[in-house]
Amino acid sequence: MSPLVTALVVGAVVAAVSGPVGVFMVARGQSFAGHALADAGTTGGAAGYLAGVNVLYGFVAFNLVAAAAMEALGGRRAIARDVATGVVLGASLALTALFLHIETSTATTGATVTVLFGSLFSLAPGTVPVVAALGAVSLALSALLYRPLLLSAVHPDLARARGVHPGLVGAGYLAALSLAVSLSAVTIGAILSTALLVGPAAAALHLVRRPAAAMALASLAALACTLGGVGLAYASYHWPPAGRGWPVSFFVVASVLLVYGASLAARRR
Amino acid sequence: MTPLLELEGVTVTLGGRVVLDGVNLRLADGQFTGLIGSNGAGKTTLLRVALGLLTPQRGRVLIGGQPARRRAELVGYVPQKVELDPDLPLRVADLVGLGLDGHRLGLPMPSRTRAARVAEALEAAGAAHLAGQRAGRLSGGEQQRVMIAHAIVARPRLLLLDEPLANLDLPSAKAIVSVLASVAAERGVGVLISAHDMNPLLPVMDQVAYMADGRLAAGSTGEVIRSEVLSELYGHPVEVIHVRDRVLVVAG
Repeated sequence: MSPLVTALVVGAVVAAVSGPVGVFMVARGQSFAGHALADAGTTGGAAGYLAGVNVLYGFVAFNLVAAAAMEALGGRRAIARDVATGVVLGASLALTALFLHIETSTATTGATVTVLFGSLFSLAPGTVPVVAALGAVSLALSALLYRPLLLSAVHPDLARARGVHPGLVGAGYLAALSLAVSLSAVTIGAILSTALLVGPAAAALHLVRRPAAAMALASLAALACTLGGVGLAYASYHWPPAGRGWPVSFFVVASVLLVYGASLAARRR
Repeated sequence: MTPLLELEGVTVTLGGRVVLDGVNLRLADGQFTGLIGSNGAGKTTLLRVALGLLTPQRGRVLIGGQPARRRAELVGYVPQKVELDPDLPLRVADLVGLGLDGHRLGLPMPSRTRAARVAEALEAAGAAHLAGQRAGRLSGGEQQRVMIAHAIVARPRLLLLDEPLANLDLPSAKAIVSVLASVAAERGVGVLISAHDMNPLLPVMDQVAYMADGRLAAGSTGEVIRSEVLSELYGHPVEVIHVRDRVLVVAG
């Protein structure tokens, strides 16, 4: 597979996953948790570089660990959860600083830029099937928890009264979110990865009323942003200043911002 | 006959404070009971006990003669202070549908029966005209109707509502009370509704359950809303005053 095709396929899978997972993230008010997971991903990516394994595995491993730590430290109260999220975020960025320092003082592989901002055009061979499989797991978890997640979003006690364990549902969803954030990190870098989950989902929530429609629209918007971003980045190899191309993540996130801004304008009318 | 809801000697201690103190209460099918008391009297705790969300340290909680925990399917519930986000991606009909199967895993399968049940519940709650709207963008009174439709869509025998009239203007509160009264009368559903002001409920209450400091006195309004009874419940003198058609309880 040529690097361009690989980039397009991975981008499409990531976009499809980020729609549903992102809609739940925004509707549950977990955008901050998602961002903390993204930062934990930088630790994983940097550790992956140091250990010489595919950064995707680093993202996935550290995102799941961070999600578990947030669950363990957080509990039920909103403020306690916020604090737990903040603590995990700080700890992981400190580790990232250490790992990237060690890596860049011994090698010149561009680890920092790759981990933080992604490098969709230089994915390791064999990444595509892994991305597809993890994306399928994340989507399957979201589909499985679909109704309890919506019911808990209305009021957690409604779910509890019907025998649903909101903590268990929340933990399951956090696992799905961890995977989605990891996949997004491969596309646009760990530190930007929640942009692809927040922006299209928030835009879709402004525009449509039904959960399934919001998810489909968010996926489509994410797809447009990702594919458009890949295309522009590919074209930018002929652009100034250096003819080395502009980063994919810049184009993707800029498109996401445009989509979000347009949805705000549409909502006002 | 087995009462629909039976609380016997229920005592709950939370964080060293006695929140429910040997509470007894019985509710029959179709009976409309107002759970009256000021903030902190123990109303929400009593409702959580009846829902099976909280296990009392002492006493029994039975629904249809069986422990409350195992009878969740018989109970509809409207929690306190539901504030739906304006961007929550749920239409009114979606939200009410979650009352049928929101606890199940997997994606919802649309069916004619499901849609008919949702429409019927919305009709009964006087919210049929709201079905296609975004739930989070409705007014407080409209949201309360939607939450009632959500609570009755699975055809429960017992309906528990935690301060559904709080923050509503008087006409909206009256409309909600009449919706609930007809749910009790026409569907035979036992209704237990908490409120800090009993006046909007006076015309429709079959029974009043008055709470103060975790203790409860239940009976007809004529039996319970009397200076002697409430003074004993509060542990200090209070006076019941009738002003036109309103009842006021003031420190004596």
